[in-house]
Amino acid sequence: MDLLNNLALGLGAALTPYNVLFCFIGTLLGTLVGVLPGIGPTATIAMLLPITLSLSPETSLIMLAGIYYGAQYGGSTTAILINLPGESSSAVTAIDGYQMARQGRAGAALATAAISSFIAGTIATVFVAALAPPLTSVALQFGPAEYFSLMVLGLMAAVVLAHGSVLKTIAMIAMGLVFGLVGTDINSGSMRFTMDFSELADGLNFVAVAVGLFGIAEILRNLEATTERSTVVKKVHGLMPIKEDLKAMLAPALRGTALGSALGILPGGGAILAAFASYAVEKKISKSPERFGNGAIEGVAGPEAANNAGAQTSFIPMLTLGVPANPVMALMIGAMIIQGIVPGPQVATSEPALFWGVIVSMWVGNLLLVILNLPLIGVWVRLLTVPYSVLFPAILAFASIGVYSVNSNTFDLYVMAAFGLFGYALSKLDFEPAPMLLGFVLGPLLEEHLRRAMVISHGDPSVFATRPISATLLILAVLVTAIAFVPSIAKKREEVFVEDD
Amino acid sequence: MDIKNIAASGVLLAVGLAFASSALTSLEIGTAFRMGPGYFPLILSGTIVALGLLIGIRAFATDVPFHKHVAPVRAVAFILLAPILFGLTVRGLGFIPAVALTALTAAGATDLRYPVRMIAIAVSITIFCTIVFHYGLGLPVRLLGPWVGA
Repeated sequence: MDLLNNLALGLGAALTPYNVLFCFIGTLLGTLVGVLPGIGPTATIAMLLPITLSLSPETSLIMLAGIYYGAQYGGSTTAILINLPGESSSAVTAIDGYQMARQGRAGAALATAAISSFIAGTIATVFVAALAPPLTSVALQFGPAEYFSLMVLGLMAAVVLAHGSVLKTIAMIAMGLVFGLVGTDINSGSMRFTMDFSELADGLNFVAVAVGLFGIAEILRNLEATTERSTVVKKVHGLMPIKEDLKAMLAPALRGTALGSALGILPGGGAILAAFASYAVEKKISKSPERFGNGAIEGVAGPEAANNAGAQTSFIPMLTLGVPANPVMALMIGAMIIQGIVPGPQVATSEPALFWGVIVSMWVGNLLLVILNLPLIGVWVRLLTVPYSVLFPAILAFASIGVYSVNSNTFDLYVMAAFGLFGYALSKLDFEPAPMLLGFVLGPLLEEHLRRAMVISHGDPSVFATRPISATLLILAVLVTAIAFVPSIAKKREEVFVEDD
Repeated sequence: MDIKNIAASGVLLAVGLAFASSALTSLEIGTAFRMGPGYFPLILSGTIVALGLLIGIRAFATDVPFHKHVAPVRAVAFILLAPILFGLTVRGLGFIPAVALTALTAAGATDLRYPVRMIAIAVSITIFCTIVFHYGLGLPVRLLGPWVGA
């Protein structure tokens, strides 16, 4: 009963009052920032990440997991109440959730989102716990060639799942990779692209880049329009779901969980795909598909569950292989590296309490969300009425303090401002920042494994094709890339992401 | 002409060429067997340049109407200035004045017509941040710095 032992170990680590407290603070802060319109989970985590760095590695990752769930829930809340999803995964929730809110069923929609997320989270936690150890043992057989191929697969999957043009997304990844290489080359000790700034010897600060690309650029985007947004729903009531609602949401939530758990493991951000897939499935099997788009509770329960299950299982590649599946996981890896933990399969054996603690804390975060956060919904609604002119100076102050606090280095603030401007320019030119951040984190890893593999093979690139695991991964990467170019799928892809704007 | 994509291509070419030229002039490239520090960056910057060219050529061949829709220049300037001011003053003036300055600058990004309101926003943010970051999280930073005689 290894599974139970491991979960018990995780419960022991996650349920210390100290860790629960920080998980709760994380959930609360995550919701607080995530509920701000237009700010998705990635931006939220990037902005709150520095706060966690003063804690122990275990507590900080647990708090980050809490922030993640809070941010996701916050995103669903804005999607339901004001039809402004923070990230594409909650765009699906907005379709029927907002309609429910307009019909005076905002409370039911919010409760549905929270409860189906919780159902999904509970099941997915067990799924992650069951799947992590076997994957870890597979991962231990990985050599440099396999790691390289795996990361290529992950990056290519990110291309397919990104919204914009395929060429532009590949360009973003390459740009992220090369920005990730700035600093001292570990093999030769030579300075690369530092422009004689000694502050850049350790590379561009990850947090500064992430906050600039997401946080600052986001604020600039929001300042384009001068109109103040209006909240449709001023007061939310009827949070306690009625029996019929519970019955109606259970099956879609379970189906969504299954879809999300499976797709979430895929590198490249399967959670987004899962939400869309679940919505399509629910609409297809529904006896009355015409209700979809007009406030169908299944249209909220399914995608929310899928999204949350996917969010949870996307921890699997991160925890077992040290390879992030999406920008949020990239931020988690960034946090781990700053804490001095080398991500990879050895984490499960060298830091079992941390490993299992993080897995269980996902569930704890979910639970806290339902029992503590849902009753606070009135506060979040009121927050939506706070004018943006008050909010963004506060966000900017937090971001500045946060980025500075990572290394007490003022140079990082200039990096943040520069990447804020750059990120805004990129988004105006229809480049997406998320693949760039993924590339930024993977850049040094990808190069190191490429170099090692080539040294081992004496410069023969066929090593990537002759080693079976590596070959399989590369074939998958080619297939995934080909998919993006198949006309019919490319068209589907456009349709899927059209709801974003 | 597709102005937006021509600009996108320009960004890619500028970044790609900058990295490529830096790699070629100051870094050892090496061979596939023993890759130098410039090898992988050169592959990447080459890819960026190639994609930039491709996007640029396609942009000249297609016709898309262009609408400029960006944030007001003043807003951009104030927003970027805020963290820079924080960086310039946090050591000298200390945490409290630096946060106040940052918040005040940011608040000025939208509207300068209500100075009282701006100051009120900045003061409340400063109080909140001092409580949270100094007293709550124990951030090791001086509240008042040497420039103000502390």
